[in-house]
Amino acid sequence: MEAILDLPVIGLILQFIGYLVQVVVLNGGLIITLSTPIGLGALCGFMNERSGVVNIGIEGMMLASAFGAWYVASISAGFLPDAAGPLGFTLPLLIGLLAGLATGVLVSLAHAWLSITVRADQIISGTIINIVALGITGYLALLISQSSPRSAGNLSALNLPQPVTDIPVLGWLLATFLEHGPITLSMLVVVVVLQVLLYRSRWGLRTRAVGEHPRAAETVGIDVIALRYRNVLLGGLLAGLAGAWFTIEYGNSFQSGMTNGRGFIALAALIFGRWTPLGSVGAALLFGLADTFGRAIRQTPPAGDLGAVLGAIPPQVFAALPYIVTIIVLAGVVGRSIPPAADGQPYEREATAR
Amino acid sequence: MNLRRTLSLVTIPLLAIVLALIVGAVVIIASSPLVSGHLDLVLPLRAYAALVSGAFGTVNGLIQTIVSASPLILAGLAVSIGFKAGLFNIGAQGQFLVGAVAAAAVGAGLAHAPAPVAIGVSILAALVAGAVYGFIPGFLKAFTGAHEVVTTIMLNYIAIQFVAYLITGPLRATGATFARSPSVGAAELPVLIGRNGHLGILFALVAVPIAWWLLYRTTIGFEVRTVGANPDAARYAGMSPRWIVIATMTVCGLLAGLAGAGEILGITGYMPAGYSTNVGFDGITVALLGRANPIGILFGGLLLGAMRAGSNLMQIQAGVPVQMIDVLQGVILFFLAAELVVRYVFRVRAARAQVTELQTVSRSYGQQTTP
Repeated sequence: MEAILDLPVIGLILQFIGYLVQVVVLNGGLIITLSTPIGLGALCGFMNERSGVVNIGIEGMMLASAFGAWYVASISAGFLPDAAGPLGFTLPLLIGLLAGLATGVLVSLAHAWLSITVRADQIISGTIINIVALGITGYLALLISQSSPRSAGNLSALNLPQPVTDIPVLGWLLATFLEHGPITLSMLVVVVVLQVLLYRSRWGLRTRAVGEHPRAAETVGIDVIALRYRNVLLGGLLAGLAGAWFTIEYGNSFQSGMTNGRGFIALAALIFGRWTPLGSVGAALLFGLADTFGRAIRQTPPAGDLGAVLGAIPPQVFAALPYIVTIIVLAGVVGRSIPPAADGQPYEREATAR
Repeated sequence: MNLRRTLSLVTIPLLAIVLALIVGAVVIIASSPLVSGHLDLVLPLRAYAALVSGAFGTVNGLIQTIVSASPLILAGLAVSIGFKAGLFNIGAQGQFLVGAVAAAAVGAGLAHAPAPVAIGVSILAALVAGAVYGFIPGFLKAFTGAHEVVTTIMLNYIAIQFVAYLITGPLRATGATFARSPSVGAAELPVLIGRNGHLGILFALVAVPIAWWLLYRTTIGFEVRTVGANPDAARYAGMSPRWIVIATMTVCGLLAGLAGAGEILGITGYMPAGYSTNVGFDGITVALLGRANPIGILFGGLLLGAMRAGSNLMQIQAGVPVQMIDVLQGVILFFLAAELVVRYVFRVRAARAQVTELQTVSRSYGQQTTP
């Protein structure tokens, strides 16, 4: 074994794999935490695109919701009691969470209206949402920061009892998957529910039909417009959850542009996950791993040759890693990953078609 | 182009601007307690007055408007030429950044060379860097089908990290109090007019007619527009949509890179590590305002340039943060996309059914096939 590890390239690769396993084992929880906004964003995209609406605006929806959740929580912290309930829930935080969800739904209503009713180009509509969200939250955050608002704190993670986490392997699995704040936990629930509903419920069948062939769906009596509206708005709920994660679960303050492209990475995760809930969240975990890996290298760099090699790589490379992975994933997987056939096509009812 | 058609083209953007100013006024009033401590109904008027006088009130203001407009015009062209080929280039931002850093690097290296050489080579470096950065998403789109919207956005973030690495690492100027590249010295663009009307404004003014001529008077322009309108028809006519996509994205990157060179060589004279810019995204607004037409982009760029130039005075005199411009832009875009609303509010009849560039970009998203 020693001899193999001394070989320059093969040894390095083996050391690298070892380090990667070590990162996963030691930071399993962090990987899931960091992939939460990407996973929830991808689920938002899933709700949109399976019913035939492209959503480039997830980034903007998340940013707006992050702001809404933070601002409403911090305002209500001014006059509401902040006795903490389970998972760190206080009254202000609960109201903030609801505000974040409402913001997500409101913004997605704009997207739904532009892309379904007005039949504007859906990519342009999404881009507009991104630009407006960045502009308006930046503007308001700057104005608000002048009065140095108080923070409402943030939600805390579930704590499993010591005896449970001490069980070998199973304890680690439980701790990795369950010791999270409520928003991350909700992602883990939502993804399973959506996966089952997509293939096992009337809603799922109808959604798939509308995403693949809306005209055929309408001839059997499905209201395409209504279903698309409902799914886009429900998607907004998920984007709202993802946004709230930034300001009331993972952090407790708002910075302009803080979503940093997670909404776009979510789109790549959706494509990589072949437009299924489980697949997209699985892909999101991959991006969470890339993010975690970049952090781990800075905090606990590996020893030996591998440490020297990785240490020589500038930190910006690791910061850019999730974005590079996204491009590689897109270039490598698209073509083999088939989107819903009607994705991006505005639907006109036959009666109103010109 | 007859008068009627021109009129119908400019009506909607103009009305969108009017509506945006109204919505902007509502936003300013709603946020006025944060600015002046109470609900201030005349604050929008004060803000807009300051905006206009900042942009057009003085000769220097007017020149500043043109200086701010020139990178926006170039970025607007970079986005709209993509539109013509059915591509949505959101990556003007990244292409701008790599162009800027290339100009800064080469300019610093040639700081003591004769000025024409230093300027020429620095600009060439920016053109090449921008073109390469545009080529990447074009190539990926043509040969792997990776949609340019996502890849260009990712490349924007990668460009930020790339610039940060270069400026804090190999390019860092020794002795500077903050991380920045060395001064470009001889490569600095000469000031032609007023306090800061540098040579770069000519780039934009020259690029507009060239882009128009290329798009509407040359074979390659015709092919680009055909691929944008109908890739299948283009293929049957013997064109190669693949190469058109790559060539178009490369030219888009080249234009955005040129904009970056203008900013570094003409204004800052060096590249700071945290160079923040919004040019790429403003370019999208300009392209949509100008309806992807080079002449329209000239005016769209001037409008946004005026807003950028006047926004400082707005912040000083009315206390409304310059970020208000981003809000206004977003609302303008919203109304441009929602033509229907504008038509309804102002009772404008729809022009004949026409396929506009703005309604065709997401067509390629659903199919994801290589062009």
